[in-house]
Amino acid sequence: MAKTKTNQSRMYVPEPPFRPGDTPDYSHISVPADHTPPRPDPMCDDHETAEHALKLIRVMRFNGDTAGEWIPGLTADVKRKMLHDMMLTRAMDERMFAMQRQGKMSFYMKSAGEEAVSVGHAQALRDDDMIFPTYRQQGILINRGASMLEMMNQCLSNSGDPLQGKNIPVLYSFRKHGFFSISGNLGTQLIQAVGWAMAEAYKNKDSIASTFTGEGATAEGDFHYALNFASTYRAPCIINVVNNQWAISSFQGIAMGEGESFAARGTGYGLATLRVDGNDALAVYAATSWAAERARKGGGATVIEHFTYRKEGHSTSDDPSKYRPANEAEVWPFGDPVDRLKTHLIKIGEWDEERHEAQAKEAKLFVRETYKKAEALGTVDSGPQVDDFTMFEQVYADPPQMLLEQEEMFKRELG
Amino acid sequence: MPQMSMIEAIRDAMDVKMAEDPNVLTFGEDVGYFGGVFRCTAGLQEKHGLHRCFDTPISEGGIIGIAIGMAANGLRPVAEIQFADYIYPAYDQIASEAARLRYRSNGDFSAPITIRTPVGGGIFGGPTHSQSPESLFTHIAGLKTIIPSNPYDAKGLLISAIESDDPVLFLEPKRLYNGPFDGDHETPSVSWKGHELGEVPSGRYTVELGKARTVSEGSDITIIAYGTMVWVAEAVAQNLGISADIIDLRSLVPLDIDAIEASVKKTGRCVILHEATRTSGFGAELMSLVQERCFYHLEAPIQRVTGWDTPYPHAQEWAYFPGQKRVTAAVRTALEAA
Repeated sequence: MAKTKTNQSRMYVPEPPFRPGDTPDYSHISVPADHTPPRPDPMCDDHETAEHALKLIRVMRFNGDTAGEWIPGLTADVKRKMLHDMMLTRAMDERMFAMQRQGKMSFYMKSAGEEAVSVGHAQALRDDDMIFPTYRQQGILINRGASMLEMMNQCLSNSGDPLQGKNIPVLYSFRKHGFFSISGNLGTQLIQAVGWAMAEAYKNKDSIASTFTGEGATAEGDFHYALNFASTYRAPCIINVVNNQWAISSFQGIAMGEGESFAARGTGYGLATLRVDGNDALAVYAATSWAAERARKGGGATVIEHFTYRKEGHSTSDDPSKYRPANEAEVWPFGDPVDRLKTHLIKIGEWDEERHEAQAKEAKLFVRETYKKAEALGTVDSGPQVDDFTMFEQVYADPPQMLLEQEEMFKRELG
Repeated sequence: MPQMSMIEAIRDAMDVKMAEDPNVLTFGEDVGYFGGVFRCTAGLQEKHGLHRCFDTPISEGGIIGIAIGMAANGLRPVAEIQFADYIYPAYDQIASEAARLRYRSNGDFSAPITIRTPVGGGIFGGPTHSQSPESLFTHIAGLKTIIPSNPYDAKGLLISAIESDDPVLFLEPKRLYNGPFDGDHETPSVSWKGHELGEVPSGRYTVELGKARTVSEGSDITIIAYGTMVWVAEAVAQNLGISADIIDLRSLVPLDIDAIEASVKKTGRCVILHEATRTSGFGAELMSLVQERCFYHLEAPIQRVTGWDTPYPHAQEWAYFPGQKRVTAAVRTALEAA
C-alpha cells in the first residue's frame, strides 16, 4: 500500500498513503469493536489514562448495538435531539455551501463528517461551560439553540450580522451561548481557554472551559502552552483535538509525524488523555462527560482526540481532489456519524426510516426558509449592508483622538 | 508624602488595585514568592495570597494567552514579561488576539489586560535585556502603549492602565527604576530619594492615559521625548541654557497630539528623541505628524535622535545610546537652521 517514495536524499518527508488516482485502502486502520478501553473513575490518576490515548473509545457498533463500559445513560429523547442537531447542522452547511457558490458570501466551511464531535460534545456540557472553538464546531451553536438566522446573517455580512461585517463568515462570536469569538489565527484559543478556566476556579465556580483545535494546529506553540499551563494550574478545562486527517492539504502525519495518537501528546504533560471515535456521537458524549466531571471536581484537564475524517474540502476555497483520492471519504472505515446514530436509534426501536426522512426534509425546509429571511437582510455584495462607519467602532472601548480624526477624514472622503 | 522609587511606585499601584478589586491579579516569571527580578511584585503574594500573585512557566505566549482568557472572563490580570526583549513569543497573542478581540467579536468579548515589561538600556544588558520595541506595538490598532518616566507618573498611569477597558502595554524604562538618568553614565547614579517626582501619594490616584506632561516650558525649541530620554532632554536643555518646551509623552497610544501641535506651532523647531532603533521607530510617526500639522510654522527641519539600526550592543552600549552629545548636536542643528 505504501507508495514508492520519490525522496532523493536521506532527509525524510512524510507522505500520505494515497494521492489522487490511487485506490485508497484503510484496512490497516483497525476498527476496534471489542477493544474499547475500560472506563476509569473520572478522578483517577492521569497515568491511568495513558492507554486510552492509544486506543479508541467506541460505544456504537456499525449494526447499531452498543457495547463496552462507556455507554452513556441517555434517554431516547436526548439521542433524538442529537440526531436532529447533527442533521440540521449538515443541512445548514449544504445550503450555505451552495449559496457561497452563487456568490452570496465570500467563504464558507462545512463540518460534514464531524457533526458528532460538536453535537455530542455540546450535549455533554452545561450551558455555562465556555467553549473556545475553532471553525468547524457550528454544531455546538445548533445544539445550544443559537439562532440560525443570526449565524447566517454573520456569514452574509448583512445588515443583521451581529458582528456588523467585521469578521469573515463562520468566525462566529456568541457569548450568550457560551461560544467564544473564533480566531482565524489557529491555536490561539487553546491557551485562552486555560486562562478562562483558571478564572472560573479563581472565582470558585464549577463551570469549565472546553477548547477545540484541528490536529494540524497542534503544531502551534499555543497547543504546548495550553497543555503546560493546564497541567501546572490544574485548570478545569477540556482540550479537544479534532483529528480529521487533513489540515487543508496536509495529511495528519505532517502535524506530528506518523505517530499513532494526538491524545498521547497529553501524557507527557501529566494530563488525562482520551481518544475517541469521533463518528460515534455516543462515544463523544461519554468521553466529554468523563472529562467534564473530572474538570468540575478539580481533577484538572483532559486532552481528547476525536478521531474522524473531514468529508469535504477545508473551505469553499479548497479543492481536495487535488491532493487526495476522490472516494477516500467513502472508504473511511468509521462510517458516517449521522448514519451511525440513526442506525442505533432504529435498532433500539426509537426511530424509523420514515421519521428520518421527514426530519431531513423538515431540516432542509427550515434552513431554506431561514436563509430566505437572512438574504432579505442583504448579502456580502447586495441589499442592505452594514454602515461603513461601523468599521471605526469597537477598535477600543475608549478610542484615541487619532482614530476619531480618521473617521472625520473618511467622512470628507465620501464628500 | 511617601518617597518611592519607580519600583516601589509600580508595586504600590498593584497593591492599591489588588486591595480594592478582587478581580485584579498579577503573574509572570519569578513574580510570585520572589517578587520579580526587579522586585516590582515583592510582598504582593504574601499580602494578597498565592492565587493573586503567582509564578508562571517560562512561556510568554502562555502568560499573555491566559491573561486574555481571564480578562474575557471578567478578571483584570496584570501580566509581567520579565524583559521586553522576551515579549516576541507573545506577539501573536498581543497583536492578533488581545488587541483585536473586541473588534472581531464586535464587542461581544474584550481583553482588558495590562502587560508590564521593562524596556531600554543603560544597564549593560546587551542585545537581549535592553530593547525598546514600542513601535512594534504602537502600530497595532486596539492596543494602548504607555511609558512613564518617573515614580509619580508610573503609579498613576499603571492604575489607569489596570482600570482601562482596553489592553495596555505598560513599558517600564528599567534604567529609571531606581533614579533619574540624564544619559551621562560617568556621573554617579542618583536615586529618586528627595526628588520631587519621587513623592508619591499613598492610595489611589490616576494619571490620564493620553495626556503628555510638560517638563519645562520655553520658546526656542520643542523637544519631544518619553521614558529615559526625557531626562537626557532636560539635561541638554539646562547645559545649553536654552528655553525649551520639553514634552514627556507618557503615552504613545493614545497620543497627546494637541500638546505637540501647540508647542511646535509656538517654537517652530522640533527635536524628537527615542532610544529605540531609528528606521520605522516611533519618531518617524511623530515627525510625520508634526510635518502634517505644523509645516507652515516650522523654521527648521525636524531633527530625530535615536539609537542606531543595530541590535543593542553590550560593550558599545554608550556608543549606541543616544546620550547628551548626540542630542546636543541635534538641538544645535535645529536652533541654528535659518
